[in-house]
Amino acid sequence: MAATIEPPPRSAVTAPRRAPVPEIAARRVPRRRLGWIEWLTTVDHKKIGILYMVTAFAFFLIGGVEALLIRIQLGGPHSTFLSPAKYNQLFTMHGTTMIFLFVVPMMAGFGNYFVPLMIGARDMAFPRLNAVSYWLFLFGGIVFYMSVFFSPPEAGWTSYAPLSGDAYLPNSGIDAWIYLIHLTGISSLLGAINFYVTIANMRAPGMGWGRLPLFCWAILTFSVLLILALPTIAAAVTMLLTDRHFGTHFFDARQGGSPLLWQHLFWFFGHPEVYIMILPGFGIISEVLPVFSRKPIFGYKAIAAATVGIAFLSLLVWAHHMFATPLGTAVLAFFMLSSMLIAVPTGIKVFNWIATLWRGTLEFRTPLYFAVGFIAFFTVGGISGVILAIYPVDWQLTDTYFVVAHFHYVLVAGAVNAIFAGIYYWFPKMTGRMLSESLGKLSFWLTFIGFNVTFLVQHSLGLSGMPRRIYEYADRTDWNVYNLISTIGSFILAVGVLVTVFNVVRSLKRGVNAGPDPWKGNTLEWLVPSPPPENNFDVIPRVRSVEPMKDIRRAVARATEAQA
Amino acid sequence: MGPRRRTFLLALLACAISLLALAGVASANALAPETGGSPNADRTHTIYVVLLVISAVVFFGVEGLLLYTVVRFRARKGAVAAQIRGNTRLEIGWTVATAVVLLGIVIFTLVELRAIKNPDRSGANGFASSSDANLYASLGQPAPPGKGLKITATGRQFVWRYDYPNGAAAYYELVVPTDTTIRLDIESSDVVHSWWIPKLGGQFDAVPGQANHTWFKVPGKLAGHTFSGACAELCGRGHANMLASVRAVTPPQFGAWVAAQKTQLNEANKAAAAAAATQDPLAGKH
Repeated sequence: MAATIEPPPRSAVTAPRRAPVPEIAARRVPRRRLGWIEWLTTVDHKKIGILYMVTAFAFFLIGGVEALLIRIQLGGPHSTFLSPAKYNQLFTMHGTTMIFLFVVPMMAGFGNYFVPLMIGARDMAFPRLNAVSYWLFLFGGIVFYMSVFFSPPEAGWTSYAPLSGDAYLPNSGIDAWIYLIHLTGISSLLGAINFYVTIANMRAPGMGWGRLPLFCWAILTFSVLLILALPTIAAAVTMLLTDRHFGTHFFDARQGGSPLLWQHLFWFFGHPEVYIMILPGFGIISEVLPVFSRKPIFGYKAIAAATVGIAFLSLLVWAHHMFATPLGTAVLAFFMLSSMLIAVPTGIKVFNWIATLWRGTLEFRTPLYFAVGFIAFFTVGGISGVILAIYPVDWQLTDTYFVVAHFHYVLVAGAVNAIFAGIYYWFPKMTGRMLSESLGKLSFWLTFIGFNVTFLVQHSLGLSGMPRRIYEYADRTDWNVYNLISTIGSFILAVGVLVTVFNVVRSLKRGVNAGPDPWKGNTLEWLVPSPPPENNFDVIPRVRSVEPMKDIRRAVARATEAQA
Repeated sequence: MGPRRRTFLLALLACAISLLALAGVASANALAPETGGSPNADRTHTIYVVLLVISAVVFFGVEGLLLYTVVRFRARKGAVAAQIRGNTRLEIGWTVATAVVLLGIVIFTLVELRAIKNPDRSGANGFASSSDANLYASLGQPAPPGKGLKITATGRQFVWRYDYPNGAAAYYELVVPTDTTIRLDIESSDVVHSWWIPKLGGQFDAVPGQANHTWFKVPGKLAGHTFSGACAELCGRGHANMLASVRAVTPPQFGAWVAAQKTQLNEANKAAAAAAATQDPLAGKH
């Protein structure tokens, strides 16, 4: 970036009556580059954010098609639509794509675009590193998807050893998966460090930790969790790689290795990963609710503290994914207790969100629809999570469709609803144009109905004994009916997603002009024009509360009155 | 009727239809895990039902409150949003309430747990077999009091093998005597599998290099009954077809069956050895 940031002259901040002195000056004007070269070489956090979001959403659509193929296969008993190998490849690709190539990078995209704007910074702390993060993510995705031209991985997104060893899956799909974990892992790690440094050092004057927007609290916690959890999975997949190719036996029981070691290492990362995916969603919801209920967030400190508390506990619950493996009773009891404990801060959040809506004046625009949908059905995922934490009950339900239903309630009703709320909330800021409200609400109702039709019955499928990850099932009336309902629901859900895609594409050209602050927002991104200029802020305002935009609007109103 | 109202009604209709479709197939196991083959499965079912009731109260409480809030506090002309930033007492209140409910669940579970984990005593009419004093220190599962039968189930791609104490072995179908506590050692000879017969209790993973343990006891009245289940941990392309079943027979029938199985096995081994001796050119030179 040719623009050089200079320290703000004190006069600009303390003496607003004088003509504003520019806080930022360019020593040389950058040459304007051709459109696509600009996108390839940009280090602007907003462009990188958009690259992240567009790429992640493209992977979301690919992962969605994989899900539909899975649901077609399961639409009836003894289906021959897919071969067993293809089916295993599809659910492996689906899970890996949605987690590593959609939800996490999508949240990183929102963070990239909005964290600097919300804290009053002109870019991320390390703009070039930021670009490196994006390109590593994209190449991780490409390396992984190249495997469709030879042999995609088929050991599930968890790649349990020894099935993922070279003795059972000698083809290179698992290796492509390993490189995906490495590349997206380095990408996330660099991104996390960047977020952490940015939030810690580049907040606007006056923005203490108690005035940091809750979305930024969420991204900060997301970053710390990534930094703590990623090295473990990096080590685990490296061990898997050397087991597969260089004669080591970390996970080979016949040579003194331990298959359970893989599970411990994987879930030590894997469970924090769940919160890495959902915490930024919590952050988005905590931004959307106060704006559309015209009320301050209820219990700011409790929500911020609950975010940090959830992150801490999420590092202590990994073995609840392994209740059915040979573990001692004390271990089982510990992980049951710690998993139950997470429900406390999560419950606090749900109550605080409802209390934020309570006695507000709720303006039912599309972002609020998705946010309320989030609270309503994320709660179901939370409740089924408590049921699964009780390990004797888990013995009957783990690795069945009950678990599939549980984590889709958390990740689709939770994370995806939050992402859609974020898209509808921030699209006007990113493009300067509003998304269509009627299409948005149609998309909400379709995804809402489609989602519940797809996943509610899967609880019953699991309870009636259907294991997950099976490509065909016996001809039983109850399973046939539940599966058919689920398959129909998945197509309704898909149509709902496509309505939003259509809405986005259409509104880029035809959307109503948004102006800088269409929602009367609370946070600083709404101060600047939509889309924001490359330097974000000409003058960085002093922050005096959690809702700086409210203060600024009030000050402007006073100034206008005084003039009149 | 405005478009918004129509959308809402359509949504309701769709939900109602799907619910009706659900009700049509609602069997006993639509809401709770399967049960009825063994006391540990029944006790797990009891915990689950208690959890389900608590969950339902929490679910309807939260959803009801949310629904009331979004209907009652819609923006109206003249309505002013209350500028409340928090309420420490209320927040401490719901934190404590959540913690108390969870603590209650944990205590209840720990009380019920012992009877799920520890094997029951075999019935008076159970199959007579010497009880060995093998303790399960790593898993905290003691040997059952009195007589019992210990069987090893070994998973491999994509079938279960069962080894009986007298040396007999079988594949796919496990034949067990009723009214007798069966202790299963679950092992694997290749990848991770998971033993799961829902009516006889939960899943137990077969992890290479380690033994996992569970138990079940089929009541006498269910002699002749077959319980089916499936491998519950992804084990490769044939995972869906790695089924298992357990056939319960009366103790005398079991005694006869396991002896016959042993005889058959011995004969087959002898025949195989004889065949090898005649066919293998090297065998004759010794």
